[in-house]
Amino acid sequence: MPEKTYLQAISDSLRQEMRRDQRVFVLGEDVGVYGGAFKVTQGFQEEFGASRVLDMPLSETAIVAGATGAALMGMRPVAEMQFADFVSCAWDHLVTIAAKQHYRTGTPIPIVLRLPSGGGFSGGPFHSQNPESSFAHIPGLKVVCPATPEDAKGLLATAIEDPNPVLFFEHKHLYRRIRGDVPDERYTTSFGEARVHREGEDITVITWGAMVYTADEAAAKLAEEDVSVEVLDLRTLVPWDRDAVLASVERCSKALVLHEDTKTGGFGGEIAATIAEEAFEHLDAPVRRLAAPDSPVPFAPSLEKAFIPQVDVVAAALRELAAY
Amino acid sequence: MSTGTQVEVVMPQMGVSVSEGTITRWLKQAGESIALDEPLLEISTDKVDTEVPSPGEGVVSEIRVQEGETVEVGTVLATIAPAGAAVAEPEAPAAPPTEEEAPQEEATAEAEPERQPAAAAPVDPSEPVAEAPTPGAAPAASEPEGNGKMFVSPVVARIAAQHGVDPSVVTGTGQGGRVTKKDILAFIESGAAVEPAPEPAVEAAAQTVPPTPAAPAEPAPPTPPTPPAPAPSAAPPPQAPPRPAPEPVAAAAPLGGEVEEPMNAMRRGVAEHMRRSLDTSAHVTSAIEVDMSRVVAARERLKKDYQSSYGVNPTYLAFATKAAVETLKDWPWINGEIRGEKIVTRPWVNVGIAVALEDGKGLIVPVIRNAQDLNLLGIARAIGDLAERARTKKLMPDDVQGGTFTITNTGCFGTFHGTPIISQPQAGILGTYALVKRPWVVQDELGQDVIAIRPMMNVTLTYDHRLVDGAYAGGFLRDLRARLEGWAD
Repeated sequence: MPEKTYLQAISDSLRQEMRRDQRVFVLGEDVGVYGGAFKVTQGFQEEFGASRVLDMPLSETAIVAGATGAALMGMRPVAEMQFADFVSCAWDHLVTIAAKQHYRTGTPIPIVLRLPSGGGFSGGPFHSQNPESSFAHIPGLKVVCPATPEDAKGLLATAIEDPNPVLFFEHKHLYRRIRGDVPDERYTTSFGEARVHREGEDITVITWGAMVYTADEAAAKLAEEDVSVEVLDLRTLVPWDRDAVLASVERCSKALVLHEDTKTGGFGGEIAATIAEEAFEHLDAPVRRLAAPDSPVPFAPSLEKAFIPQVDVVAAALRELAAY
Repeated sequence: MSTGTQVEVVMPQMGVSVSEGTITRWLKQAGESIALDEPLLEISTDKVDTEVPSPGEGVVSEIRVQEGETVEVGTVLATIAPAGAAVAEPEAPAAPPTEEEAPQEEATAEAEPERQPAAAAPVDPSEPVAEAPTPGAAPAASEPEGNGKMFVSPVVARIAAQHGVDPSVVTGTGQGGRVTKKDILAFIESGAAVEPAPEPAVEAAAQTVPPTPAAPAEPAPPTPPTPPAPAPSAAPPPQAPPRPAPEPVAAAAPLGGEVEEPMNAMRRGVAEHMRRSLDTSAHVTSAIEVDMSRVVAARERLKKDYQSSYGVNPTYLAFATKAAVETLKDWPWINGEIRGEKIVTRPWVNVGIAVALEDGKGLIVPVIRNAQDLNLLGIARAIGDLAERARTKKLMPDDVQGGTFTITNTGCFGTFHGTPIISQPQAGILGTYALVKRPWVVQDELGQDVIAIRPMMNVTLTYDHRLVDGAYAGGFLRDLRARLEGWAD
């Protein structure tokens, strides 16, 4: 199996879907001639033509509204937000129209929004956010947050097939840093199935996106201290794999919920609450949440490092849980 | 640095009824210097909010209880070390804990003393701490937990209930000696939970020195789910001191053969009221023996007439009630109550009569209002009426309210003594018991002591010692006895 970067896997998957389904097209800012801000769609306009790789004006509202209209007419648009942060401009069309259209009229809106998200490169408050919980809160939207190249490819294919609006959060820090084996042939990866990134039996870490790797490094440190940490990668937040989380927590009896998004209202709260509701009698320690502080993402590298949960911080939290 | 020169700051007692306080603000942080009597922190209790002055001078070496936490009076909140002493730094420099981490780390310092080597020197807090401290690296706690109560996590509670294990007998390795899931699983796996055999060492000691009470086994044997095997020794070895009943954990599944049934509202009401009454009043019981010869004679005379003319049975309880109501006029506090800071007395007696339901499962106390206005016939009729309506569930809410005094009669079962519980907010409850023929020393017509056979009844008064003292209660009982023994039609 060839090794690919996270970015190549996304690019390959999108190309594969466009080749097999004429209804699939991409639209976004600089996705055509320039090949996308992160070069995910490099070479796409040459292969598929300008009519299927649309360079859009600087208006996320127009991009999402246009994608919604195209979906209503039977197309399968894949819209790129140059940065996930800018999806807020399209909030009304996404949340008021796309999320509720099927409920109101029975017409599906099969759009995919690709959302380059996350920090770690001094992008500051407008280019580093992880707004997944805002959309996980909206009934009618699906939320996907792949961590590995293999999952990124399979989940994007599933997202494009899905008849609902899907928000596909691509973590920018993983684009070229993470490589992994990715099958060449087409495959889909189911939504709502968590992946065990690391097996363990003392503490469960529930996380997604780039934090999977932070958790894994921290777990490796704890393994040297004879504490066995299981790292569960949710892969999708809507739907999320409650059964896998509860089963792991029931086994380990201690849980740490970790995410890069800010703490208050973050999706970790939903997970922690579900554990408390459903697995209370299996808990041997309070459920811990570890997340970014409630602040905009800072520019300064030193501050950003303090903002995004780092391996040492996660390891310290795990040690506390282990000692509890 | 010697820990002996450290001064501990404890949660102060802010009033006799105040048992706990909440830290609202630390005015000094660890590492800051402080003078004697300088305000150190602010606390809030259900009585007052106040500043706590420093009991020593030097440097705040450790803050053990964080803002917002509520702890019992006497809990060590912080330590003050002499100026120049190093300060315990519980936080990892690379990993500043969020606010909820800090208490956990502090609790680590409360490691159960028995888990610390007895002779271990205190860890030098000046030693740099590179990582978040692990249990045991923190300074040893100066005091044991004391009451043996510790937090039992949900999973430990569930496992304990499933296996019939008392978590308090398991050696804990968690924070502050907490029993972790691993601890209790290992305990069960070791078979300790199902082996009630006594410790050999204890048994040997018991056989050689029989009168010496056996010391608690170390580690203590668990509370066995089945009765322990009888000791094999010929000489009866003393039993180990009884272990306190295990704290109720999560609602335990019934063991084989047990039957569960829901509590009805009456049972719940009785349960709540009895517990509350014991928590409210200072219960004391005094008893007196009453020669009922004259009452028996009076009853014999009246019985036929009362029944044929009025359909009323003049029971001994009716006589006792009549006599008690009259006696209460002279001892009004026993018919009174404590209301806030006031003593309340009244010129009427609403006397409650405790009535058991037919199956003995349930109790209700209907009230005879204005019993002071009723003669013996009226009281006997009222008792009969209320008892009948209680048993047929025809009492009205008003029938069970407004009591000022209660009488409970368990004599029909032959019991000769009891210590009933006061019906709140009353101050007393009279118990009447079986009337039995007993040899009794009396004086004959020549003033000589002779033994006679007399119908005797014991009477108890259980009173709230907050209001009624023993002499007052004794006076009431003495007068009550005089009324019954001197009964005149």
